[in-house]
Amino acid sequence: MFHKKFKSRFVAVAILSTLVGLQSCKPKTAATAVSGDAAQKVYVAPGQHDEFYAFVSGGFSGQVSVYGIPSGRLFKVLPVFSADPESGYGYSEESRNMLMTSHGYIPWGDEHHLSFSQTNGEYDGRWLFANENNTPRVARIDLKTFHTTEIIEIPNSAGNHSSPFITDNSEYVVAGTRFSVPFDEDEKDIPISSYADKFSGAISFISVNPESGRMDVAFQLKTPPVNYDLSHTGKGPSSGWFFFSTYNTEKAYTLLEVNSSQRDKDFILAVNWKKAEEYVKAGKARKVKANYAHNIMDEHSFTVQSTIKDEVLVLDIKDLDGICYYIPCPKSPHGADVDPTGEYIVGSGKLASLIPVFSFQKMMKAIEEKNYEGTFDGVPVLKYDAVLHGEVKKPGLGPLHTEFDAHGNAYTSFFVSSEVVKWNVKTLEVIDRQPTFYSTGHLTVAGGDSKTPYGKYLVAWNKITKDRYLPTGPELCQSAQLFDITGDKMQLLLDFPTIGEPHYAVMIPASKIKDNQVRIFDITKNNHPFVAKGEGETKIVRNGNRVDIYMTLIRSHITPDNIEGIKVGDEVYFHVTNLEQDWDLPHGFTILGSTAAELLILPGETKTMKWMPKKTGIVPFYCTDFCSALHQEMQGYVRVSPAGSNTPLRYGTGDTAPKAE
Amino acid sequence: MTTSKKNSLSRVTKILSFLGGLALFAVIFVPIWKIELDAPQYPEGLELKIHADKLAGQVDIINGLNHYIGMRHLSENDFIEFQFLPYIFAILGFFGVLTAIINRKWFFYIWGGSFIAFAIAAMVDFYMWLYNYGHNLDPTAPIQVPGMTYQPPLLGFKQLLNFGAYSIPDIGGWIMAGVGVLIVFCGFIEIRKK
Repeated sequence: MFHKKFKSRFVAVAILSTLVGLQSCKPKTAATAVSGDAAQKVYVAPGQHDEFYAFVSGGFSGQVSVYGIPSGRLFKVLPVFSADPESGYGYSEESRNMLMTSHGYIPWGDEHHLSFSQTNGEYDGRWLFANENNTPRVARIDLKTFHTTEIIEIPNSAGNHSSPFITDNSEYVVAGTRFSVPFDEDEKDIPISSYADKFSGAISFISVNPESGRMDVAFQLKTPPVNYDLSHTGKGPSSGWFFFSTYNTEKAYTLLEVNSSQRDKDFILAVNWKKAEEYVKAGKARKVKANYAHNIMDEHSFTVQSTIKDEVLVLDIKDLDGICYYIPCPKSPHGADVDPTGEYIVGSGKLASLIPVFSFQKMMKAIEEKNYEGTFDGVPVLKYDAVLHGEVKKPGLGPLHTEFDAHGNAYTSFFVSSEVVKWNVKTLEVIDRQPTFYSTGHLTVAGGDSKTPYGKYLVAWNKITKDRYLPTGPELCQSAQLFDITGDKMQLLLDFPTIGEPHYAVMIPASKIKDNQVRIFDITKNNHPFVAKGEGETKIVRNGNRVDIYMTLIRSHITPDNIEGIKVGDEVYFHVTNLEQDWDLPHGFTILGSTAAELLILPGETKTMKWMPKKTGIVPFYCTDFCSALHQEMQGYVRVSPAGSNTPLRYGTGDTAPKAE
Repeated sequence: MTTSKKNSLSRVTKILSFLGGLALFAVIFVPIWKIELDAPQYPEGLELKIHADKLAGQVDIINGLNHYIGMRHLSENDFIEFQFLPYIFAILGFFGVLTAIINRKWFFYIWGGSFIAFAIAAMVDFYMWLYNYGHNLDPTAPIQVPGMTYQPPLLGFKQLLNFGAYSIPDIGGWIMAGVGVLIVFCGFIEIRKK
């Protein structure tokens, strides 16, 4: 009896301990992956500044967010492709035109990738370029003001995904189309099934004026119909070349999930843009009809001019020798990334289980020896083995994107196996791998796409968050993960949430930007047509039913703050100038019933709100930005009289306010 | 010969008077005094610089803030001193150089004495302006603290509501102080030298 009981207990204990043993065999979870000194490494004490700025794409938010690294603190969300009621961007009369396209006003965009302007392959801290995927556009953000100062639409393009990557001296920003479509010059009302014969791909080269940054679609390459995904500039020896990843070389037009994944290899398209430029200069490009918007902000009137352009220069790549070569690359490549030396080109096939690394030297040799395996729509396809430096074997599943440090290492993100992997570019050996939470898309090494990576930090931009933060209903934020990459092993330091969906992001040493910041706009240089440069210049001008109010704001009053003689049916424009010339003193302006969001007006700026009063009554307006101790006193009234009434136009502030009649 | 030597200046006094005279010319072109202001909202600080002929620094910003307490607008036109101060410095500078050339004790004493008298008068004048601005406040000002005045210190630090005001000589003021010290030093030499 005793014996039996003991035996059964023994069996129970044995089973239990086996189960416990199995449990401890399960790999460690996220909670245990952070080591001791991580907190210290990301702690930026109150009042201290971060070492790097990170500019992070906002995906379907259409905006760009600015973070400090290593703290992961959010500084600002820059309005770029989406209207922003917080600042009035896209609502004010001055800024509405920035969101104009050939389709009219569009309040939203899908922002994926970013590039800093470069000089000699290094970030120069002047401008940031951002792409819009849905209605193809490229924006330029001035890093002195962090304002979007220019947006250009891309003709003949549909889904501007392979953009806005930049050449090593900022000669061109590129824009490769995701969707191939018929060009404007071709017949467009055609069956979708005519994809292979009638559709074309477009790769645009947008020139950047070296002084002003002003953009212009210099020329477009008309290519066989495929999808362009990502791209990167050559540098050093490969300067003058650009590398674009392609997929759907199957030319599928339906169920791409399956139909564009059939071929064992798609291509990286190597483009000799210097040669293309020569062809354009030699008059080989055709001037064709197009239709696209170009929006530029004037820096002294803060006003955006939008013009529609109707022509573009096109080079047909199949007709011209020496511009384009296809490099076979396994399984629908996403990233096409060039290492800091400019010799190695890394393709990341998102369905592949290896990473091919191509050699620029070998590519040039193969081109010279015409070592082709055939042609694709008239364009030579180089032999895979002739161009290959080697393959990283079993790196992980679903490689997406690769960046580099200054010590010959590459870092690749893996979506499917949810990890970042460090490997040596020359030896192709995997050095370290760390899990990410979860499913990284792009990753960023500080300066990791330039000739001189700063290294130190890597951020993985994750697509799935699930249990990482306090839940916020079914819709969760996306996330970033910061790693220290100074050692052999990558060390996870920090998780932080992001705005919208982060795709690519770029990081730059703070010193390259923070000393050039504009603090105020010099009011003496303000040449807005409706500026009032002092309270003495405030006035109201009626012209039929159009009423222009020249208004000023200064701590802590509005001039004029009593306005009478406005009538139902009037078209009223509040042209509001912030007279302050002091750092960090914006004023806001809004009026009850405004359908144009608010205005946020920086020192020395003038912004305009259009207001159409619909009801008789007394309507209050006020300053919306807590500017001073007497901010709450910064207010006024408009008297709206019935249409056709003869209330005289009277206005003023304090002693000059209209008195009883 | 002996009387002439007795009434003439030592080499040190001549050199220092000459240099002091030149230095006083320089005062015309540099700020003489400065009032530094800082507050929780102004970690970067604000500065008012007083020259012989103008106000400099962030005058507009300071005026913008002063309107809350009803302090009079700082305006260059209100200061008649700006009209003639540069000439006084020029004359005093010229007399310093002349002291070295004329080489007479009595001339040195007149120059030194008038400079020191001028310096004292200037400080008194400055104090009176500070008093005036600090006390004559607009009775309808938005911020009124019973019993509170806003006179910045003549020299040194004083807390005025949320602003700390720190009043010190700027380059020109230090030059004047230096010249004053040299004059006293030289005067001492001349008196002792029989």
